[in-house]
Formats: sequence, C-alpha cells, structure tokens
Amino acid sequence: MDFADETPKLLMLLYGLAAFAVVVGGLLVLLDVVPNWFARRREAALVAASAGGPAAAAGPRPRRRSVANRPEGALALFFLLPTLALLAIGLVVPAVRTTVLSFMDGGSENWVGLVNYRWMFAQDEIFGILTNTLIWVVLVPLVATTIGLVYAVLVDRARFESVAKALIFMPMAISFVGASIIWKFVYAYRSGEYDQIGLLNQVWVMVGGEPRQWLNDPPLNTLLLIVIMIWIQAGFAMVVLSAAIKAIPGDVVEAARLDGVNPWQMFWQITLPSIRPALIVVVVTVSIATLKVFDIVRTTTNGNFDTGVIANEMYNQAFRFGQTGQGSALAVFLFVLVIPIVIYQVRNLRKQREV
Amino acid sequence: MAVQSRPRQAFAIAGVLALALGATACSGDSESGLDPDSAECAPYSAYQGHDGESVSIYASIRDAEADLLRQSWKQFEDCTGIEIDYDGSGEFEAQLQVQVDGGNPPDLAFIPQPGLLARFAQANKLKPMTAEQKSLAEANYPADWLKYATAGGQLYGTPLGANVKSFVWYSPKAFADNGYQVPTTWQQLMELSDKIAAKNQKPWCVGLESGEATGWPATDWIEDLMLRTQTPEVYDQWTSHAIPFNDPRVLQAVDQAGQVLKNPKYVNGGYGDVKSLTTTPFQEGGLPILQGQCSMHRQANFYANYLPEGTKIGPDGDIYAFYFPAVDPARGKPVLGGGEFTVAFTDGPAVQAVRQYLMTGEYANSRAALGNWITPNNKLDVSKVEQAVDKLSMEVLLDKSAVFRFDGSDLMPAAVGSGTLWKGMIDWVNGKDTKSTLDFVEGSWPK
Repeated sequence: MDFADETPKLLMLLYGLAAFAVVVGGLLVLLDVVPNWFARRREAALVAASAGGPAAAAGPRPRRRSVANRPEGALALFFLLPTLALLAIGLVVPAVRTTVLSFMDGGSENWVGLVNYRWMFAQDEIFGILTNTLIWVVLVPLVATTIGLVYAVLVDRARFESVAKALIFMPMAISFVGASIIWKFVYAYRSGEYDQIGLLNQVWVMVGGEPRQWLNDPPLNTLLLIVIMIWIQAGFAMVVLSAAIKAIPGDVVEAARLDGVNPWQMFWQITLPSIRPALIVVVVTVSIATLKVFDIVRTTTNGNFDTGVIANEMYNQAFRFGQTGQGSALAVFLFVLVIPIVIYQVRNLRKQREV
Repeated sequence: MAVQSRPRQAFAIAGVLALALGATACSGDSESGLDPDSAECAPYSAYQGHDGESVSIYASIRDAEADLLRQSWKQFEDCTGIEIDYDGSGEFEAQLQVQVDGGNPPDLAFIPQPGLLARFAQANKLKPMTAEQKSLAEANYPADWLKYATAGGQLYGTPLGANVKSFVWYSPKAFADNGYQVPTTWQQLMELSDKIAAKNQKPWCVGLESGEATGWPATDWIEDLMLRTQTPEVYDQWTSHAIPFNDPRVLQAVDQAGQVLKNPKYVNGGYGDVKSLTTTPFQEGGLPILQGQCSMHRQANFYANYLPEGTKIGPDGDIYAFYFPAVDPARGKPVLGGGEFTVAFTDGPAVQAVRQYLMTGEYANSRAALGNWITPNNKLDVSKVEQAVDKLSMEVLLDKSAVFRFDGSDLMPAAVGSGTLWKGMIDWVNGKDTKSTLDFVEGSWPK
C-alpha cells in the first residue's frame, strides 16, 4: 500500500475526526456553560426573593417558584431540541415519505393505490421471502438467547470465566459482512476430486459424505445463514445475561441454598425469574436486529437459492431494480412487523418502573 | 441535576479543539502539472482554462482496469490542470441511483446499461449534449452505437470502451495436442464437446457467480443463442418486450443454451457438477483451461483481465479465443457485445471539457495503447492495438458482414435485466424447468 495514494481517504478521516471533535466538544462546552448560567440566574433570583424581606413574603411566593422552574423547563427543551430535530429528519420524515412512496409506481410518479401491496402477497417469490423472514425471527432470538443463557450459567464463577466469555463475545466485534465472509469460507465447496477448502465440507468428507454445496439447497441454506447470526448474537446475549446473573442478590442465592435446592431448581426457580427483565431485553433486541437482517444474506447468497429476506429484497427492489414503490411497500411491511415488538418492550419497561 | 462550575475545563476542551482544527487545516495540494504551453500539451489546448477545477467520475470499473483508466487521462490532467476524481464501485448501479436521488450525483458516469441510461434520461437527470459535442460524436462513432445512448430523440452519451461477448476461450496448445479443430458451426461445437466428453473429460467450464450480479454470464449465453437461433429482428422484439419473455422462440434459445449449461456431461470442468456453476466466480470460470481441466469457456474479450499475470494470450499461447460459432453460418455472423457510455449529470465548463475529450480519437488511442481495451470509436488506430484478443475483437467489431447486437439484459428494464433474469437463470441452472423460469421473468416485467 502506498500511503501517498491513500491521502484523500486519510484526509477525509481527519475531517471526520475534526467534525466529531467539534460536535462532541461543542456539546460538552454547552453542557458545562449553559447549566451554570441557569444555576447562577436561579441563585440570583433566590437571593433577590429572600432579600425582598417579610413584606414581600406573602405575595411573591408562587412567583418565586415559577421563576426557579421555568428556566429548567426551557433548559430541558433546549437539550431535547437537537434530538427532536434529528429524529424528525432521520426517522419521521423518511418514514412518512416511504409510506407515501409505497402507494406510487416504480418511478415515484403516479399513484397506484394498493398495487404494490397486492404484488407483495401475490408473488410466490415474495411469499417465500416473508416465510424466510419468519424463520429467521423465530429461530435467531430463541437459539441465540438460549445459548447465551446456558453459557452464562455454565461459566459463572468458573476458573477461566473471563477467557471463556471473551471467546464467545469476540464475534460481536466482527461486522456482519466480515462474519459472513468468514462463514462463506466455512461453507465453501470443491468437487470430490479436489482437497476441500471449506471446514464444513472437510468434516463432512471425513465422516464419509460427498462434498455438498451448502448454500445452494433450500431450506438448509437459510438455516446455515441463521447460524452466522446466532454466532454473532450469542455473545451479546451471554454478556447481558451474565451481568444479570451476577446482580442476583447473594442472600437470595444463599437462602435458596439453605433450603436445599439442587442446581436444576436453582436455575428454574431462582436464576431465571431473577433475570427475567434482562432476558426480555435480550430477546427483543435480537428480534429487532434479526428482522432487519440484510448484510448476512447479501454477502453470502444475495437472496439467491431461496434465501431472500425482507430487508434484502427491499434493497434490491428499490435501488437495484428501480422499483421504488415495491421496495417501499416491503419497507412499510417490515416497519409494521417491528411495531408489536416495540410496543411490547415499551409496556414491559413501564411495568418494571411501576414495580 | 448536579451543576458544577468548571469553566477552566471548558476552555481547555475548546483549546484542544482549536488545535485539532488548525492541524487539519494545514494540508494543501501541491500541483505538479506539466507546462501547459509545452509541445506535449499542444493537443490539449482546447480544453485548457479550467485549471484547479475537479471533475468526478463514477463507474463500475475497478482494480487493474481502473488504474489503466486513470493512467489514460493522466496527461490530460497534467496539461489542463483539471483534476479527474475517479471512483469505481462494485455496487455502481444501486449507488448511482442513491447518489442521484440524494441530489449528489457525480459529474460524469460510465453507464454500461442503456436501460439504466434511459431511466435517468427520462427522469431528466442527464445533461444532453451540446450541438458541437453531438456532431463530434456523430463523426467518431457508428450510428447504431449512439442509438443506445439516445432517449426521447436526445443524445445523452457516447461509448467509451466496448466488449465483444461472442467468444469461446480455449487452449491452442491443448487443441493441437488432441487434434481438435476450432469449430465453425454450432453442430461442430457440439460434436467437439461430445468427443471430449467421451474421453470422460468435461469440455466446458462456466462461472456464474458475480456477487450482487450473480447469473449475468448465463444471460450472455441466452442472448448469444437468441441471436443464433432467431433473426436479429426477433432479438430486438425480445429485448424491447414486443414479444413476451416466455415466447416459444425464447424457450427454444434457452433450451439450446441448456444443452451445454445443464448437461452434467459437459460442465463444469475443474469445479464439479452442474450446480457448481452458480457458486463459481465468473473471474475464475475459465482458469481450469490453463490447468487442462476443461477445454472451452464462453466469455467476453475482457476475460483477458482475469488471467493470471504472465499468461500468454494468442493463437500460439496458453490461451486464446475463437468466435462463438453461428448455428447456420449462411444466415450471417451474429455478434453480441456491450460497452459503457459516458453521461453527464452536471454541465460545468470543466465537466464539458472532460466529456468532450473522452469522445475524441486522441483519448481512444491513449487508452488503447495501454492494452486490454477496445472501443467503437472509429478514430482508433487499429494497427496500434497490440494484444491478440483486442486485435481479434476489433476485427469482429469492424466486420461489415457481422450483425452486431447490444447485450440484451442491459437493454431491458433493470427489474428484469439485472433482476429476475439473473435470478431466473440461477434457478434454471439449479434445476428449474425452462417454461416456468420464463413465466417467472415475464411476470416481473414492469408494466
């Protein structure tokens, strides 16, 4: 690599870092200066009010409170504004626009009503894609969370706990695309006459099988892609659940021990109920990540061989095929699928706060 | 809220920021151009006067080919002071759309699909040519090539590079050793394949995997056979959807391609069974020829770019190509080809200068001198083309008796040409029958 050739990229990186420093630094300065200013004003108001003496005491009491409170509200609003603005620009506007586009034709010129939605459910291909997405969203959270939980319980307070945890957590640090490329090598195929370069086929050949094109045969290929996602997400589940297990109060565990529980009872009656909130957070987070899965499918098979999922097909329709309407309809459908999960999560959080 | 008074830290942060900003600001470009008045720069005098401006070009050409492109306009940049900012991407088709929709298009783009070009033209995103450019284009390019860059009666672009797809790569040495003759009819081609298969060898090797574009090499097979089993007129009707995609004549062409592609006795030399076609990268598709593991590989002239360094290409080399024979030579010599077209999304003076330069004979010759490249530009000095396959391709391209047709899938709407047709081909190779494959593609044609 010649560094001189990469100058534009390095320069761009520097700009990015500088911009980041300006924005974050600016926010830090604001966080430091603005509350100070309000605090000083409030102090001044309090001093002024108390200096008013007993004669003023009856009248200005409610006024004093409002003087002290109004700036707080303004301050809160001041800090909320950027978030609200970014949410509007980055989430609300695109969501509305996508919904509008889903009722228009491929070139976003004419209104077509529900044609795109009808297309979505009429095409066999798209139906297969919806089925695949369902398989993903059922299997990944279930298996990833189970593996993470079992692992967290098994290594808890074991001798090399941190090493064992690091091992399973490491895939989290790899991007989805990187992970997919790694697993593509695992599934790689060479015909029988040659040495296998794919791990799975090598093992398969050693136990006496004929080398197979793993990613070529539905529905096995979808399951093999799901393995990649589980490989990445199990580490996340393990870390969160392990932390939750460690947070179980020691006296609860001790009391259970004194009552003479066996490990099995300990798990089902103490550990599991205690970490229930963490468990729900993990399942919900992994579910949403799974609904959006795109990189894995695109990198390994690009949706060929009946492995397509909604996000991948949405990208293909909208950007590669110029069928913005059909792509938008898929996006809206994906959005609708996520809503119940989000509602469940919000209600769950509220319930916890009440308790 | 805990409020603390820490003005000093705040100033420290601000100070560090100021330093960081100052450091990044100190990076200027040092110009090392040639003297614009020198004799070397004389051919570029018409494009001067835009010193220091930069023009961005976006295309799908990457790696070694992209380096050759950059090299080809180096002198233009040095003499005019225009900086050409080239970016090649494997996701070109999708990303170009994103950039244009986002209001941030490149100044120029090389679009290899007339269908995509027409889509941008109809959306009023492309800048039509000036009258001067149009007459230059008409003087330098054959009318049928300009037709592919015309939409709604307006000319929007000119061809840059071209490729000839109707080639079969083979090893001249292996052919000589085995006493095989280069076939000149489809009949002979099949007889040769049978002869090789009878020796328990796989005559053909094919690679269809190409990332996002997996399946496209199969569409070239279909197009070549559409041209060989049908008339050019039917081919035009097929690409413009004047006949349905599942027409019996298309079915016949696809089935004929299936004689090779879906024949377990014929494919896939060096890689495995029929199903290995879809997982073999097209770049590696023809490499088993060099190892003697297969005999023939139907691929365009640009396949030369993917051969390992040091491979000798030529009639007496390690590998060479022969014309993919016609079914009935009496009915003429059909040639399937493709190319990319320079179009402009902006029309500043520097952009116009670059655009105009790229359609000149000077440019064509400076690029051709670097090798592995041909163009329909008729100002190209064919005698200066050195690489054997380039020479052969130019011969085929300039052959007056040949019937040239542009890559059909690139002419079709993207939803079909780079969507369902690719996908359909993959499913078809993997075992789906021809009829339901074509029905599937027909059903997806945008209304």
